[in-house]
Amino acid sequence: MRLKPRAFEYVRAVSLQDVFAVLDSHGDEAKVLAGGQSLVPALNMRLAAPEIVIDMNAVAELRGIAVTGGMLRIGAMNRYAEVAASELVARHAPLLARAIPFIAHPAIRNRGTLGGSLCNADPASELPACALALQAMFHLRSSAGERSIAAEEFFAGTYTTVLEPTEVLVSVDVPLAAADSVSFFDEVARRQGDYAMAGLAACAVRRGGVLRDVRLAFFAVSDMPHLADAAMAEAEGQPAADLDVEAVCAALGKGFTPQEDLTTSGAAKLHLMKVLTRRALTAFAGGEA
Amino acid sequence: MVKPVIVNLTVNGEPVSRAVEPRLTLADFLRDDLGLKGTHVGCEHGVCGACTLRLDGVAVRGCLTLAVQCEGAAVETIEGVTERGVLKDLQDEFVARNALQCGFCTPGMLISAGELLERNPLPSREEIREQLSGNYCRCTGYQSIVDAVETTARKRSGQNT
Repeated sequence: MRLKPRAFEYVRAVSLQDVFAVLDSHGDEAKVLAGGQSLVPALNMRLAAPEIVIDMNAVAELRGIAVTGGMLRIGAMNRYAEVAASELVARHAPLLARAIPFIAHPAIRNRGTLGGSLCNADPASELPACALALQAMFHLRSSAGERSIAAEEFFAGTYTTVLEPTEVLVSVDVPLAAADSVSFFDEVARRQGDYAMAGLAACAVRRGGVLRDVRLAFFAVSDMPHLADAAMAEAEGQPAADLDVEAVCAALGKGFTPQEDLTTSGAAKLHLMKVLTRRALTAFAGGEA
Repeated sequence: MVKPVIVNLTVNGEPVSRAVEPRLTLADFLRDDLGLKGTHVGCEHGVCGACTLRLDGVAVRGCLTLAVQCEGAAVETIEGVTERGVLKDLQDEFVARNALQCGFCTPGMLISAGELLERNPLPSREEIREQLSGNYCRCTGYQSIVDAVETTARKRSGQNT
């Protein structure tokens, strides 16, 4: 049963210049390979059939985790397991450390990358919602230069982003979590590691017992991660231990209808969004968030 | 016709140099080119875990890595792990507990559980289940597999079982 994918040429890039050289000459016919945990299945099933695959695993400049310019900068090719194990991430972006154990299984997390997940833009994946909750900035580069774009502007639909065919996501900047910030991550899935039926990445600042900068980013409920603006506004400025949880939950459905998928109706997804929101607000009211 | 690419790596400690088609997965390379049939190929899209092996020390899916990506890498399969004897106690416990019936999932189970025990010498049953959530067994119902991993961890830690 060998040789499932369609034949392709392989380029082992060792620098971004190598990557851009192939992208500039091949455009859409080339595909960059990050951790391969979504691309290789797509190749095996021939859902993707590029002419040429550019392997970025040896591109050192896409790796590294550091605090720079008041932000936590994470290179696109850092693997999930590396991000989850990073002390800098635990201190400055605890939401990411909470979220990663929900992604697939250990052997997948050893190989899959932050940038790969974000660029794949699977509507049911965890990290795009985290990026939205954390107000991350994405740094995109091509041979023509670099541009930075907010997470909210990056996702454009199912498996779709604003990335141009000649561009690569090189790193992500996350604002450093304040000392009094709180975060929450949970998802409802049929089995550990399965795709979520609905999930929530949430964060806020709890100052003097009051919630500020509340961010509620849902995934697996739409064609891209969904920021629940009305519910966020409802929770903003409320006392963490005594807020109207049901009013926040009621606002989830204001101007938003979850998209059903093969297994879960839109109504069930809205119900799960409320369940997750109650859990998040309970966590924010107590000490453990 | 795409030109084969030369790839140099070590497999179970032995240097290997082969020309491979870029589209050849590491799992198929090990099985068909090197005759190492212990790495099993089940779903071929990363779900079942039967092809789990060690790549530069970490457990990965052999079906989601291309052979051509392994230039300079150190690959270890269940054959290598068995030869080194590092999981002999776990393997014996699998036999003692009947933690396998058809055996198809067993190499991946052993590699996954072995990685867990290196990182976390005394995992809870919940942690064992979470680690093995990426390895499907269609025979045993998992109970005896979790038992075998738990017992091995306790014995290694000098605890009563």
